Amino acid sequence: MIVGAPRGLQPVNGTTHPLSAVQETLSPVPDVTASCHIPNSSSSSSGGGGGDKEVVLTNGKPIETSSPASASSLLNRLQLDDDLEADTLDLYASTETRDLFVTVDDPKKHVSTMETYITYRVSTKTSRIEFDLPEYNLRRRYQDFDWLRMKLEDSQPTHLIPPLPEKFVMKGVVDRFSEEFVETRMKALDKFLKRVADHPVLSFNPHLNAFLTAKDLNKRQGLALLTKVGESVKQAAGGYKLRARPPEYCVMGEYLDTFNQKLGTMDRIAQRILKEQTEYLVELREYGSVYAGWAGSEDALTRPLEGVAGCVSTCCGAMEDLSEGMSQELLPVLREYVLYIESMKNVLKKRDQSQAEYEGRLEAAVIRKQEEKTPVPVEVEKCQDRVECFNADLKADWERWQSNKRQDFRQLLTSMADKNINYFEKCQSAWESLVSQLQDDQAENTNETNCD
Amino acid sequence: MNRTMADSDSEEAAVLDNTDLTSPESENNMINTMVERETALLKKIDINVAESEKRSGKNTVNMQETYTVYLIEIRPANAAEGGLPVGDSPWRRYSEFELLRTYLLVTYPFVVIPPLPEKRAEFVWHKLSADNLDPDFVERRRLGLENFLIRVASHSVLSKDKIFYQFLTEEKGWREAVLETGFQDKADSRLKSLSATLRVKNPDKSFTDLKQYSDELNSAISHLLRVRAKVADRMYGVYKVHGNYGRIFSEWSAIEKEMGDGLQSAGHHMDTHSASVDDILEEEEHYADQLKEYLFYTDALRSVCRKHELIQYELEMAVLDLASKKQQREELTTGAVRVFSLKGMSSKLFGQESPEQRESRLAALQQSIQASEDAVLDKNQECREFMRMSWEEVKRFKEQKDRELREALISYAIMQISMCKKGIQVWSNAKECFNKM
Repeated sequence: MIVGAPRGLQPVNGTTHPLSAVQETLSPVPDVTASCHIPNSSSSSSGGGGGDKEVVLTNGKPIETSSPASASSLLNRLQLDDDLEADTLDLYASTETRDLFVTVDDPKKHVSTMETYITYRVSTKTSRIEFDLPEYNLRRRYQDFDWLRMKLEDSQPTHLIPPLPEKFVMKGVVDRFSEEFVETRMKALDKFLKRVADHPVLSFNPHLNAFLTAKDLNKRQGLALLTKVGESVKQAAGGYKLRARPPEYCVMGEYLDTFNQKLGTMDRIAQRILKEQTEYLVELREYGSVYAGWAGSEDALTRPLEGVAGCVSTCCGAMEDLSEGMSQELLPVLREYVLYIESMKNVLKKRDQSQAEYEGRLEAAVIRKQEEKTPVPVEVEKCQDRVECFNADLKADWERWQSNKRQDFRQLLTSMADKNINYFEKCQSAWESLVSQLQDDQAENTNETNCD
Repeated sequence: MNRTMADSDSEEAAVLDNTDLTSPESENNMINTMVERETALLKKIDINVAESEKRSGKNTVNMQETYTVYLIEIRPANAAEGGLPVGDSPWRRYSEFELLRTYLLVTYPFVVIPPLPEKRAEFVWHKLSADNLDPDFVERRRLGLENFLIRVASHSVLSKDKIFYQFLTEEKGWREAVLETGFQDKADSRLKSLSATLRVKNPDKSFTDLKQYSDELNSAISHLLRVRAKVADRMYGVYKVHGNYGRIFSEWSAIEKEMGDGLQSAGHHMDTHSASVDDILEEEEHYADQLKEYLFYTDALRSVCRKHELIQYELEMAVLDLASKKQQREELTTGAVRVFSLKGMSSKLFGQESPEQRESRLAALQQSIQASEDAVLDKNQECREFMRMSWEEVKRFKEQKDRELREALISYAIMQISMCKKGIQVWSNAKECFNKM
């Protein structure tokens, strides 16, 4: 990750630029030329959700830079604009040069005495110092991805972790080893990993590193590399009740609830359409075969009737493709975002808890202060830091998520439109060639009649 | 009003001459496939079933009923707009059309009589009304009735029929006139027909083939219409469910900021798409009507086949009758009893008859044989005539069917193309909106 000055933004006046402090702590990376364009949109707001542009904490204190989490999240906030102008072909490229590329592909079935399962090849290409080699290729199974996600959630509780595809599938209802299922799952795992790798904070997580590089993931012992923030948040005791949630988080929560509802409806509509299309297909197939059957008892009409049967058959094929495309592309994304929303709501809850704890401790400390004249303990200050960190990370991730969501849906719906256009184009072309063929035949017949 | 107008034209005397179409005529056919060629009648008048109207009245069992009547308007052909109508411009109801058709069936059994539009709505897909009084159904029936009249008027033989002309022009008195022809007496009883079908020994092969073909055609078109109705139902469902996208995009756009406008406009396009299916399916009904006409035509074909069977059967009976009488004569003259007969038995039992008795019997038999021979000759003639005339008719019909069904299939294909274009348009518009999200 390049830590040069942010582009396309108004320089922040006044306070020390936090990035200048950050520059020393993060490892220097070879200066790769940015091959992207500079966004010319002058609006520095990433649109929506009121992205905070203050670079200092609300209480005026400079942010602690020792924790990579908070520093990178600042960086993250400032470079968010770039995402909007990003190349729509590659969803996950920010305009700065990426130095970590991951791919999930090549599913293979493994049969052992105990169980049968699928592994996927995980390929990594990187120039980061944190990695010993520039390239890695190893095989991972779903369990491993699940482990990674769990570890990320534990170690980065202030961040939104992308969702994994559903863990459990009903045996007997879904075939876990069917090509379609494996393909869909693999694409979702690929998306997951790319999102993590693209995240300015998560991509530096040591668990990710282990996942991408370790020959053998020692899952049972786990890696004792929890960050400070992770530990402290883990220790957050329950039992603190949140007094007042700041409105911005209420808005987020409401949005998530409503959006979740809309996604559910969209999923139902899409499934209904698929069902109707399938039933239409059944009737259409019979329809085509009736024309073919009729052709058998005619002579002059044989060609036109067979022609119609052929066109209907082509349309059936086109409809099949359309339905398959929709079911493989549209439905998984809708479901993925439902899971994403769940993730995000969890993060919001944890943030609430963190704030509640801080406020609780603060109140207790204030009372004690009044009684015993002791200064506010460091404990409470740390809590405050945590809350502020959390808020900053969350807001940054929210913005990022909103931006990704916009791109994802733009691409998804555009692709859906394309598929439908493609379907109609195939049908149109079949009917058009039939018409021209029949009209040529007709002209021939007329000429023959005229010549008699 | 010139009642003999229809048969005054001596040029059309060669009734069944199925001449090849000349170039300008065939061009005419491309434009209007229903009018095969200009008959003398159609050269003089244009036929139009102009309107329909609901009427109320008492029926034959003195019950109040509502029915629809149709206005038949005849105008001089090639007249400028507003040419004066010819005749009374009668209002006719469906049952009168049926009466006319039955009359034609009986009077011209060798002709493939054009069918009427369906009596009751069949092969409907769910949204289409099966109600006979439904305005859409009435409208399609109006067109069907007009089509029927024009087809009759384009037929070289049928167009000359006086009763037909009266049907077109005389409000009152038509019913009496048609009944007066006594056609109902000439009608072959069902039983007779059925019996003939079952017992004819040597039907002409071409007619057997024709019968089989008409059964196949009937079966194919019925099947097609049934499945088409189901396809229409399903297609309707697919389109309508897309309307839900319109609603959800609209709701969703309310909670989005930048994505809102794109989603909202895309939603409108989804609504448009969903609504477009109504017009598409309405147009397709026209295609279904064309198929139905040929479905009903198969009944007319079968009718011709049955008539042939009947005549053939009567011929066979006449031949058998003649043979048996000749046999009897032989027995009488030679005295040899080759075949068991009651007469023979009784003469054995009760004694021979006198020569005078035998003479008179022979004479009577001889006369009977003569009559039988004449009957056989007549029947043979009738049979051959019928076969010749009906075969010309069948040829004409086949050519018309091939031409018109081909046209119908081409129109159907064009309808599908138009439907696809609409689909592409709507989704391209939606795509543009999505791109702006």
